[in-house]
Amino acid sequence: MTLDEILASLFPAGHDVVRERGLIAGQGRLPDGGAIAVIGVEGQTPVGVEEAAQLAGNVIEVIKSGGNEPILVLIDSGSQRMSKRDELLGINEFLAHLAKCLILADKLGHRTVGLLYGHTAAGAFIATALATRTLLALPGAEPAVMDLPSMSRVTKLSIDVLEEKAKSTPVFAPGLDNLFQTGAVAVTLDPASSLADQLQAQLSRPAERDDNRDQLGAERNGRPKAADIARRVYELARASV
Amino acid sequence: METLNYRNKAQQRAKGTRRQAIVGVVASGNLEVLVERILPDGECEVDIRTAAEGFGEVWQAVIADFVERRSPGGLKLSINDGGARPDTVALRLAQAVSAMEGERT
Amino acid sequence: MSTVTLDNAKVERQPLVSTDSWYEASARQRVEGLLDANSFVEFIGPEMREISPHLALFDLPEQFDDGMVVGLGRIDGAPVLVAAQEGRFMGGAFGEVHGAKLKGLLRAARDMASMPVLILFDTGGVRLQEANAGELAIAEIMRALMEARFAGVPVVGLVGGRSGCYGGGGLIAGSCSALAVSEQGRISVSGPEVIETNRGVEEFDSKDRALVWRTMGGKHRRLIGGAEVFADDTIESFRNAARYLIELAPAPTLDTLEAEQARLAQRIHDFGDCADALDIWRSLGASEPETIPALSYEAFVALADRLQEPRHDAR
Repeated sequence: MTLDEILASLFPAGHDVVRERGLIAGQGRLPDGGAIAVIGVEGQTPVGVEEAAQLAGNVIEVIKSGGNEPILVLIDSGSQRMSKRDELLGINEFLAHLAKCLILADKLGHRTVGLLYGHTAAGAFIATALATRTLLALPGAEPAVMDLPSMSRVTKLSIDVLEEKAKSTPVFAPGLDNLFQTGAVAVTLDPASSLADQLQAQLSRPAERDDNRDQLGAERNGRPKAADIARRVYELARASV
Repeated sequence: METLNYRNKAQQRAKGTRRQAIVGVVASGNLEVLVERILPDGECEVDIRTAAEGFGEVWQAVIADFVERRSPGGLKLSINDGGARPDTVALRLAQAVSAMEGERT
Repeated sequence: MSTVTLDNAKVERQPLVSTDSWYEASARQRVEGLLDANSFVEFIGPEMREISPHLALFDLPEQFDDGMVVGLGRIDGAPVLVAAQEGRFMGGAFGEVHGAKLKGLLRAARDMASMPVLILFDTGGVRLQEANAGELAIAEIMRALMEARFAGVPVVGLVGGRSGCYGGGGLIAGSCSALAVSEQGRISVSGPEVIETNRGVEEFDSKDRALVWRTMGGKHRRLIGGAEVFADDTIESFRNAARYLIELAPAPTLDTLEAEQARLAQRIHDFGDCADALDIWRSLGASEPETIPALSYEAFVALADRLQEPRHDAR
């Protein structure tokens, strides 16, 4: 789906979402009449220091406005912007800041929902989609921690070999199915029915208090050990004092 | 990856009271040795997982020499190997036994 | 607020294991040297053999602790939770088990809310052979880390290892209450090779080590406010930095993140047009920026304290 189609299906009651230089910002109206803040990245725009700062600023404005308006993060991004300038300016802090703002917003009652409808990768993925409480996706989304050609260069394995290995595990190769199996994505939406209703249904469900992505990863056979290891370390630490 | 296992008779029980120790890291040309005091006093077992295949005879010789020199009775040594040279292996095995000579855990 | 300062924290130096250099030490040697003697208790130690379930597919050797050491120890008698990455195993990269250990530790820290956490970074980022699990682990760690901080738990990052603190490691570092970094402790998201591969050697020559150090290294991070303390490359110096920073970690609030927003916006405003770290250092007021890479630890700390006073309320 295109962003226009997505916005139309999400907000039949109207929205004032503005799209500028690859970034998305505004507010939409939910079926129940409530408002939802919207931020995001479109057109596979890389997230550099300016983009991260602007998105984080938007989140801070929502928090400062009070109330408990939820926040929707729409994502069709590039990777973090890979440049000397961004690293010179400390892009790690900017990306972390964006993620922290989303996590704080969620803690303060602004339910955060990500909607992955296109591409995303690496640090941009962590700072946007993966920093939301509930990540939704549309079929055709293309999350990639790292693309196979880059992976091929680093691992010195051919793309054919990597693709062959990817048939037996979702743990390393790009793609929505793989990220779903490892627990990154809560629900894949149906593009043929109202996105507004599907979003409203997600918002109506109480948010998981605890981060349950490792549990999902175990249930979906994507991450066999993460949940178990984390739980055991947790229990050992609690029992140690 | 290749898995190897060697069991040797040791003349004496390894010194010290430590139950376990670990030395080294798994990296190219390096290896880690986890050593545990879990066998009868006269035995020594070495488990190896190695990235460099086809060096069984070299391992056997290095380990036989190690058991002869250090008499690591009662110890099980578990190795993850990133393709270390025999002298590095010998060094890590010696370090592992030395680490067990301390006290406590 | 505590009275601990970097100077008076220099007490009872304990014997170190086999190397005094943080950079050269292994994860276990760092943990042992950082904590009071014999105080460390590991959770899921190597004897549990909880290895990566994914490396075999790539015919790669596992490590019994998957390159992550976590547990409880003491500093000056006070309990601390510690996580240390082994930068020589798979470049210290985040895999499924590796990341899950830190995540579990942070969740426990959050719910106990009684002791600080020290993260000894040494990482190239996500482990590609288990990239999806590693990426998710980083996201989960950041959430658990922030939840721990909201509960009042100081989470202090120490960066000075061989593999630096790259990729998602840089994002976790940016989420910590405070950071100490040594000259060798590069902090960055895209590594030198990644930038060069994607943008060309004209953008970034990854073989130019001086360029790498001054763009991503500890001195630059300290000078732009990306790290609060510049540490010498010794275990003792990191120990002093840790006990100092643990005391300077208020729980983050909206005010904190607004302050961070302002701090980062100011950085773009002040240095956004600079082409090189040397230009940034010059505009900070360094009269001879080209001499900074060669400055001794003491001389650099004095200069940095004059040019950029560290903040403790804006991250």
